Amino acid sequence: MLIQESMRESNQATSRQLSFSKAINEALQIALAADDNVICYGLGTDDPKGIFGTTLGLQERFGNDRVFDMPLSENAMTGVAIGASLNGIRPVMCHQRLDFFLLAMDQLVNNAAKWFYMFDGQRSVPITIRLILGRGWGQGPTHSQNLQAWFAHIPGLKVVMPSSPADAKGLLLASIFDPNPVVFIEHRWLHNTIGEVPEGDARVEIGPLRIAREGGDITIVSMSYMTIEALHAANYLEERGVSCEILDLRCVNPIDWPAIFASVEKTGKLLVLDTGAQTGSIAGEIVARVAMQRMSSLTAPPARLAMPDVPEPTSFGMTAGFYIRAGDVARQVLDMLQLDRADVAVRLAEPVPHDVPGSWFTGPF
Amino acid sequence: MTPDIARQLLFGMMRIRHVEEAISARYAEQAMRCPVHLCSGQEAVSTAAGLALRRSDFAVSGHRAHGHYLGKGGDLPAMLAEIYGKKTGCAGGRGGSMHLIDESVGFMGSTAIVGNTIPVGVGLGLSIKLSGGDQVSCVFLGDGAVETGVFFESLNFAAVRKLPVLFICENNLYSVYSPLHVRQPVGRRIFELAQAIGVDAAHGDGNDVETVFGLIESAIAQIREGGGPRFLEFDTYRWREHCGPNFDNDIGYRTEQEYLKNRALEPIARQRQKLLLEGLLTDEQIASVEDSIQRETEAAFHFAIESPFPDAGDAHTRIYA
Ligand SMILES: Cc1ncc(C[n+]2csc(CCOP(=O)(O)OP(=O)(O)O)c2C)c(N)n1
Repeated sequence: MLIQESMRESNQATSRQLSFSKAINEALQIALAADDNVICYGLGTDDPKGIFGTTLGLQERFGNDRVFDMPLSENAMTGVAIGASLNGIRPVMCHQRLDFFLLAMDQLVNNAAKWFYMFDGQRSVPITIRLILGRGWGQGPTHSQNLQAWFAHIPGLKVVMPSSPADAKGLLLASIFDPNPVVFIEHRWLHNTIGEVPEGDARVEIGPLRIAREGGDITIVSMSYMTIEALHAANYLEERGVSCEILDLRCVNPIDWPAIFASVEKTGKLLVLDTGAQTGSIAGEIVARVAMQRMSSLTAPPARLAMPDVPEPTSFGMTAGFYIRAGDVARQVLDMLQLDRADVAVRLAEPVPHDVPGSWFTGPF
Repeated sequence: MTPDIARQLLFGMMRIRHVEEAISARYAEQAMRCPVHLCSGQEAVSTAAGLALRRSDFAVSGHRAHGHYLGKGGDLPAMLAEIYGKKTGCAGGRGGSMHLIDESVGFMGSTAIVGNTIPVGVGLGLSIKLSGGDQVSCVFLGDGAVETGVFFESLNFAAVRKLPVLFICENNLYSVYSPLHVRQPVGRRIFELAQAIGVDAAHGDGNDVETVFGLIESAIAQIREGGGPRFLEFDTYRWREHCGPNFDNDIGYRTEQEYLKNRALEPIARQRQKLLLEGLLTDEQIASVEDSIQRETEAAFHFAIESPFPDAGDAHTRIYA
């Protein structure tokens, strides 16, 4: 299926294999058990599907006061989280698609992100907003938007985008107990991936990136699901004699600049992968900052691969070749190293079907 | 209504009026460098609510918050310093007139986006419900805020979870220059709308401070007993321009006659007259209270004006906790 196995998970005796969505579920269980002030709500939190399995069993265990479904009121319910957090509650809100959360921009941007600053640090807003990114399977223009750059643009927010099950769990725990508002973004194509996950309250610090693979020829900075495609590409490129260093950002605000600069100084080349549209992207910010501050380390122009500046089509016909997959990454790397890209088309062909992370993904949502 | 409360209601209103008029008088000096939305004419609701609520109860408000803040027990020098952008302000000078806060008296914040503290007040109500006390969370809003989507969403949620929230709507007929009839269907009563959403509601004359106090007091008692949210609508009128220190009846959005008619309803003169007639106060007593309010306000202005600005470098701090 996917090459999560090859990711460098810490091999602790106390870890076991878990899916990304089960890891999220476990983080929520641990947080709710650890602190009576943690609450969790969102549309479908207690429905039979439990938000892709991530909230299953929570209401049974912690009761309807702390884990509950909510009215179709994204904006007010974000304000409710803010108000509750001002009096010691740590709310976790869950949204089945990022797109639905656009109705809550006022509360997120004008209140949550600003409260600590505009009231002179008297009280922060420790809320966590889980947003699930759709992609493929006909999700289309309003169920697939990857707007992390919008959120990262707002001072006062932290924006977390894990790619491994261990990070999903560890970063969600850290987000819930962080004193600031955190936007926690889960790519739907990661939910079924499997990886080693430590037991217990194993928090992962928000901020430092993760070196998903060490290498010397090129730095590939990626986020969320793109890390998976980057790892696929790196396996192939290794056979071609190219050693890729893959930096999994984990968090797009703040960004771990020292780690990015250090890697670029080592490899001299930079490719940034982004799950969102190109214009105004996180990838653009990273390319700009590296160009401005580490120009002398670069031995080739930096590059980025992001989604085209068009809404995501729904039709299976229109999404052929639309998504960035390992083949695109490999081609870009080979171009930058001025190597022949002839057999990429065969070795890393676009998967069939092309609009899902793997053939196990059969919709409908 | 005890004589003591009747007097406190009068004095509280006099104090808020005096502060607002003093801001108005000094605004042209260009030293208060932020928008101010004065509440002259609307003092009854602020005063009555502040008196009926306990210090430990929560309150949130919007852009026109001076009265709500002072009524709830907020610190006058800190409020003025905030308007002057000074370090000693209640938000360290970072918020200005539209972002007042004094958590020590339960005033949890006011913000500049119309409607956007309504759910915050509801969230405070949720936190009270979760912790199980008999606190109340009070949300001040205007008739304009009733038109925001978040108003409907917030009342709905407060009703469905039976949260201890008191919504107080001051209907002053205008949203900036837009009169009520271009914004809401003619004949609608805002409190009935709240009722239809599922929140018990009532309506009262916002110029009669004792009526206002009575309605708020009984709503609070019901909420404390676990009755769920309550909504109160009061008819009021703002005297000065929407934003700024001046009168603006000449610019054409409202008539001088309308203004004079509403101004004659005057909550302060009315209460004063009543107390004098009932023999609960003398002119001398009122004059002496006026005098002390004036001295207090002067001292507060002095404090604000003399206080230092925050350093420019402070702009780059306190982004994250
Ligand atoms: C969402 C939003 N839209 C517009 C404005 C501009 N604005 C500031 S105050 C105001 C009028 C609000 O009227 P109301 O709620 O009745 O309060 P009042 O000013 O009468 O006290 C408007 C439209 C704003 N601050 N926020």
